[in-house]
Formats: sequence, C-alpha cells, structure tokens
Amino acid sequence: MTRLSTAFSKAHPALVAFITAGDGDTAANLDALVAGGADVIELGMPFTDPMADGPVIQEANIRSLNAGTTTADIFALASAFRKRHPDTPLVLMGYANPMTIRGGDWFASECNKAGVDGVICVDIPPEEDPELGPALRSAGIDLIRLATPTTDVARLPAVLDGASGFLYYVSVAGITGLQVAAQTSIDEAVARLKGQTDLPVAVGFGVRTPEQAANIARVADGVVVGSAIVELVAQHGASAAGPVRDYVASLKHAIVAARKA
Amino acid sequence: MTITERTPNSFRNQPDERGHFGQFGGRYVAETLMPLVLDLEREYRAAQQDPSFAAQFDDLLEHYVGRPSPLYYAERLTEEVRKDAPAGKGAQIWFKRDELNHTGAHKINNCVGQILLAIRMGKTRIIAETGAGQHGVATATVCARFGLPCFIYMGAKDIERQQPNVFRMRLLGAEIIPVTSGAGTLKDAMNEGLRDWVANVHDTFYIIGTAAGPHPYPELVRDFQSVIGKEARAQMLSRINRLPDLLVACIGGGSNALGLFHPFLDDKDVAMLGIEAAGHGLDKEHAASLAGGRPGILHGNKTYLLQDADGQIAEAHSISAGLDYPGIGPEHSWLKEIGRVRYDSVTDTDALAAFQLLCRTEGIIPALEPAHAIAAVEREAKKMDRDQIILANLCGRGDKDIFTVAEALGTKI
Repeated sequence: MTRLSTAFSKAHPALVAFITAGDGDTAANLDALVAGGADVIELGMPFTDPMADGPVIQEANIRSLNAGTTTADIFALASAFRKRHPDTPLVLMGYANPMTIRGGDWFASECNKAGVDGVICVDIPPEEDPELGPALRSAGIDLIRLATPTTDVARLPAVLDGASGFLYYVSVAGITGLQVAAQTSIDEAVARLKGQTDLPVAVGFGVRTPEQAANIARVADGVVVGSAIVELVAQHGASAAGPVRDYVASLKHAIVAARKA
Repeated sequence: MTITERTPNSFRNQPDERGHFGQFGGRYVAETLMPLVLDLEREYRAAQQDPSFAAQFDDLLEHYVGRPSPLYYAERLTEEVRKDAPAGKGAQIWFKRDELNHTGAHKINNCVGQILLAIRMGKTRIIAETGAGQHGVATATVCARFGLPCFIYMGAKDIERQQPNVFRMRLLGAEIIPVTSGAGTLKDAMNEGLRDWVANVHDTFYIIGTAAGPHPYPELVRDFQSVIGKEARAQMLSRINRLPDLLVACIGGGSNALGLFHPFLDDKDVAMLGIEAAGHGLDKEHAASLAGGRPGILHGNKTYLLQDADGQIAEAHSISAGLDYPGIGPEHSWLKEIGRVRYDSVTDTDALAAFQLLCRTEGIIPALEPAHAIAAVEREAKKMDRDQIILANLCGRGDKDIFTVAEALGTKI
C-alpha cells in the first residue's frame, strides 16, 4: 500500500487540501492542514503563467514568486514535511514548464528524494505523456490525471492509461476557485467515472463550504479544496495556520459526518 | 488556399501527426481544452479536403482583404543603402506589401481562415488576444463581417500604447477586456484568453493570432499565412523570372515570417533570415526568444522561451508591442535547430532608425514590427552583391505606431 492508497482506503472519503508553496509560512500551514485532518496534501508549485487558475491562486503564485520561491525551496519544503509527517501523502501540483525544464527524469528523481507521492500537471494531457509520465512511473511516483466535464466516455480510457494514485475530477469547465458545479452533474459524472476505473475519484474546483464538501463526500472518494484555503493564507499572512487548521477541521467534520448519515 | 503537398525530404511536411515539429510544438493544454483542440484538428482536416472552404477563403482574400498584395522594388531605399556599401555591394531590396491589406497588416489573412473554421464548427462567440492590436483589429473586423460577438483580451500596458487600435476595435463592435495580471502585455493577454476559453468551451472559438499555441494552431495559422509566400514566389518569377537570394521577416510569434518563408523552404538557393526584437539589447531587456531563451512549454506548445533556470517565464521587452512576447512559434524553433533559417535580432534603436529611413526614402510608413526587418535588410544588403535580391515582408503599416515613435523621438503630437 502506498501512502496515497492508504489515504483513500479509510472509512471516510479523503479530504485533499491545497496550498501554494512559498505563499505565507508554508511549513506551518502544511502542519495546519494535517492538524485539521487533511488526508492528502496538494502543494502547488508557483508558476508565472498559471493559465488554469482563477484570481485567488494566480495571486498566491505572484506572492510566492515575488518572495523568491525556487524549485529547490519547494523540494526542501516537501522533504521537511516528509520528516515531520511520515504517513501523510504529499502531491505536487503545477504546470509543465517548471516540472520539465531540467528534464522529466530530474524532476521524478527529486520527487522521489523528497518523499513526494504523486504529481498533478495541469498542462500535460495524455497526448504529451512522454514528457513526464515515463519518468514518474519508473521512479514510483503516481501520475494523477485530470478528468473534466469535456472528457467524454470515448476519451476517458486515454486519460486513465498511465494514471495512478487517484483520478481528479475537475467538476467545472473553467478555472479554479470561481464557479460551483451543480451537485446533480457531479453525482452523474462520478458515477460515470467509477464505472470506468477502480482508481479513487476525488472532486474539486469551486468547493468551499462544509455543506458542499459533504454533498460531494456522499458520492466521491475524495474532496479537493484549494482556493478557499489559499484565501485564508492571503487574509492572515504569516499567522494563517490557526484559521487554516480550523477551516480544514470544519470540512473534515462535514466529510466524515456525510458518510455516517 | 491549397493543401500543402507532403513529400519526403521536404522542409514543408511538418508537423507530424501529433503536432510536433521535431521536439517542438505539441498540445500542452489542460484536459478541459483537449477534446476541443482535437475537434479543431478534425474540422481543419475536413476543411482542407473541402473545395468550397478553399473557394470561400480565396474569394474573401481577393475581394475583402484586397489580395494579391503588390510586390514592390524599393529603388530609392536600395540606392540609399548602396551609398555606404562597399564597392559592388548593395543588393536590390524588394518588399511584399502586406501592409496594404485591409486592416493594415498580414493578420487578416489568418483571421479570415479561422473565422470560416469557427463558423464550420458552429461556434457563436469569438475571443482573441492581441499585443499591438493588429490581430485584435483583424479579429474584430472578421467578427463584424460575419456578425459574431467578439471579445479581445489586451494587456493594460498595450492598451495605453496602442490607443488608435483600441478605438478601432471598439468601432468594429468588439469588447476589449484589459488584462492587468503579470506585466499587462501579450503573454498575459494570452493567459486570459485561455482562461476564457476553458470556461466557455461549448460555444467559443479562440482565434489565435500567431503560428503558436497547441496543435493544430501553428500549422493552420502558417497555412493561412502562406498566401504571402505563394504570391511572392509567383510574382517574383513573373516579374523577373528568378527567385530572391534572401528572404527577411520580423518575428514575434512568427506568423508573417512563416507565411513568407514556408512556400520557399524547399528552394535550396533561397536563404532566409528571421529577425527577433533585441529591445534595449540582448544583454538587457529584449524579446529575442531564440537568441536569449531555451526550449520550454508555454501556451500549449514547446518552443524557445525567455525563462529562468526554474522555468519561470521572463517578461519580454520591445518598442514594438507586436514583438513583445517571450516565446516564438514552434516551427521557427525547429527551423533554427535544423539550420534551414538563420535568426538574428535588431534593437529598438535600430528599428526606429529603419522606420524613419523607409518613410523618407520610399514614402511608406511601416509598422514598428517590420521596421526591425528593414533594419536587418540594410545590414544584409551591404554584404551582398548588387545583382542579388532581398525580399522582405512589409507585414504592417505604421499608422498605429506614430504616437509611440513620436514619444521615442521626443516629439509631442
């Protein structure tokens, strides 16, 4: 069992929590995510041109880069996290260029050394898999693919080919943090995806209230929350850990309760 | 438009079926866009096989855009350059006059092609990004012509320095959406265009303005722009019964250069020179991706990019808003690597001087973009024999730039 598969085989759906590396006190905020009950951590790699992100995460990327965050800093944050939290899976999420600029093998090897469990790359679709996929797979790092409302039944097998860890369902055709998908469309999509894969299905984009998290938890294997946490980091700066922990705990409570109900 | 013939041992048979030009190009987009990009490719292949598509494209280019554009021998410029050339040197300078097109630049060729594709695909809303505003004006123009709503993303800094084009787009019924993220230039406008597209995939067609972006954009933009080189090649042969020795064009994303170069790529005696914007100088702020960048992934394709060691994209600088982009179309990256095309750069200062030189010697006010090519033409002509021929693409007219040039020259207007 990998750390990711363990996280997705608990009695309740997994809470997947995102923050941007280098935005605020990242080490303290990562600890706060774990303390609040996050089952999987997504650590965003800042990029100058985050084409799939809404204003909240765009601004987090700018804050992080303006503070001088480098790729080496991100791996240092990941390594230190791994020492403090041996069992919590950590996934890097970001864009192709920072991940591939020194070659896919270099990136996969750094992930391995830092104890990173999986990678989500927004702009490497299955068609460009050779850029990163083979390197990650041979280093034992899960390549987590994205499915979206535009990924139809005919295309899904291509997305699943080479995917591992979990399947991230992007519930709206759009950018992060803005729109909210209708719950009925999420229910249908998750049922469809689970009919075609045994991978756990986590649902994200636009999730911000415990109630939404609970509704998704009733049908999916995981709930991803990003922009709402990043907003707390923006609002509270260096002292965001407390509010982040409390907010994550409220989401976790709702998710656990949803499956008991 | 005719279908590019695919023969072995040709420089003209790129990209491969996955949209790669050697290691460059590809389809590096979010999954939400991927089905749409595949749809576009299918629709483009169908259009290439459909004689009615080519007929409609050709008809609009002739009667709406005003093609063919003239091929012009710049006699006084040639004489002027010969004055400081070594004895026997000073090649003849010819221009392909794409600045005479409707809307004042080569951009309209591509927009006509893409809006016909959008209509074929049943899309009802058009978006585009623009830097100098020429692509925005061309997009707004074809949207008005076909009655489709048009939304143009433009960097806030570019809106400031391209006011005449902003007003033109509004007159044409387009909505201009200012982009304040990043440096507020073309790169940032393209990010916002992609964000809009991802949120509106069901009804929206993204008219990309240069031969870049995810496959099949670099290919189809090149094909639509290749009308420039096809005409020029035929015009050269009919006027003087020979091909030019050297082709020169400026490069931002590189669509005007590819449009001129591509039909000549297999003419082995025709040399080609692409001119990037060296801004304040290659050791300072500039926009020369091939000279100062290295391969990376941005905006849907792999190509040379200005970036740091971690792959963070740098801000470009050029006096010309249309060249102010930290990347370049992937086919240029490939042509550089295989050595078929030579690439060089020209600074803001030299482009400004060439801008004024063309005004004075030929009575043509060029855009600042081709002013870069003209500066390179001066340099090259002095090294070449008098019986040799340089053909440069005069891809845009300079009406839009007179305020920028006035400011640079310290004149108030």
